[in-house]
Amino acid sequence: MKSIIQKYPRAFLLIAAVFWFGLYKTLEPLSHILVNTLPLEAGSHAYGALQFFLYDTPKVLLLLAGVVMVMGMVNSYFTPERTRALLAGRHEGAGNIMASMLGIVTPFCSCSAVPLFIGFVQAGVPLGVTFSFLISAPMVNEVALALLLALFGWKIAALYLVMGLSIAIVAGYVIGRLKMEAHLEDWVRNMSHVQPIVGADELTLTERIYAGIASVREIVGKVWPYVLAGIAIGAGIHGYVPQDFMAGLMGRDAPWWSVPVSVLIGVPMYTNAAGIIPIVEALLAKGASLGTVLAFMMSVIALSLPELVILRKVLKPRLICTFVGVVSLGIMLVGYVFNAVV
Amino acid sequence: MKNIKVLGTGCANCKTTMKLIEDAARERGIEIQLEKIEEIQDIIAYGVISTPGVVVDGKVVHAGGVPARDKIAQWLND
Repeated sequence: MKSIIQKYPRAFLLIAAVFWFGLYKTLEPLSHILVNTLPLEAGSHAYGALQFFLYDTPKVLLLLAGVVMVMGMVNSYFTPERTRALLAGRHEGAGNIMASMLGIVTPFCSCSAVPLFIGFVQAGVPLGVTFSFLISAPMVNEVALALLLALFGWKIAALYLVMGLSIAIVAGYVIGRLKMEAHLEDWVRNMSHVQPIVGADELTLTERIYAGIASVREIVGKVWPYVLAGIAIGAGIHGYVPQDFMAGLMGRDAPWWSVPVSVLIGVPMYTNAAGIIPIVEALLAKGASLGTVLAFMMSVIALSLPELVILRKVLKPRLICTFVGVVSLGIMLVGYVFNAVV
Repeated sequence: MKNIKVLGTGCANCKTTMKLIEDAARERGIEIQLEKIEEIQDIIAYGVISTPGVVVDGKVVHAGGVPARDKIAQWLND
């Protein structure tokens, strides 16, 4: 396999894609065959739960591996250093749109938020454009996308993508318009400007495939227990908790303020997209509506107390509050839109 | 003796990177001078904005993630 990747990287990708697709198509019939070999009565609760579990688990993991592989390869084209060079000197508007899109494809760990922020500002990326990047990078992430795709279909996944992008674009633009440069910490404002350098060397396709495989190992390796737990909870809850349990609090009968309250609860919480999935699954299974749950999920992923504490090193309190306020408002809006559409 | 610096604000990935380099050097019996740069201003001065970054003898060789083992071996053997 190693020599195929090295000698014929294109052929490897093609074969892998065909193999992946074939596997994906056989999952449903296979799960039926598997369940039928067990001594369970068709139509019983245990039968349904088991079939759901046996079909959903490989489906979610397969989609996750596929999406992460593609994203890992795409990521190898966009280092943060290169993204910075692309954004330096851009104007607001077009710059915000570009920054939000680059936020999706640029690999980014939230512990790099501060060096990245300073590096962007120092290279002359406008403040609002920098924020567009900082908002979209954690919010639109591949694990969340893969899970939405697997559990709710491509329409919801696409809607999530578009909404996440819109929040990043608009929130960054608003922050830029508010002219808050004075609320950067003084040492950040007084830094000398640097010319961004792009040091990254060109990678071969083989190296990009390896980068993709590495991120599948890293991300799927870390995330699968959460996914499994989430699906198990989802399957288990199905029959035992009344469907409408959450309907009054977060569902269709909920008062209008359930969206903002969900966001307020979500903001200080921090976990990665995979950690929040069991909660999302459980809430939905109990009758919560999708918009409210997604707003909760987005606020957990996009804003977190630890990240705000780190950002405090470079931002004065007023700018931090504006950042949290604008992003929360955007997320609430998305919650209402989802609730209205779905 | 090689001077290797790991640039990072102290997240888990930075610690892993330090450990990987330490282990790789010990395995090969190569003596290195390993430093950790944690001040943001100093990290930025190297032009690195995604951590962890690695600097070998004053030259940035890596940024934005835990480096692969064979990459580390390459730095040590060069």
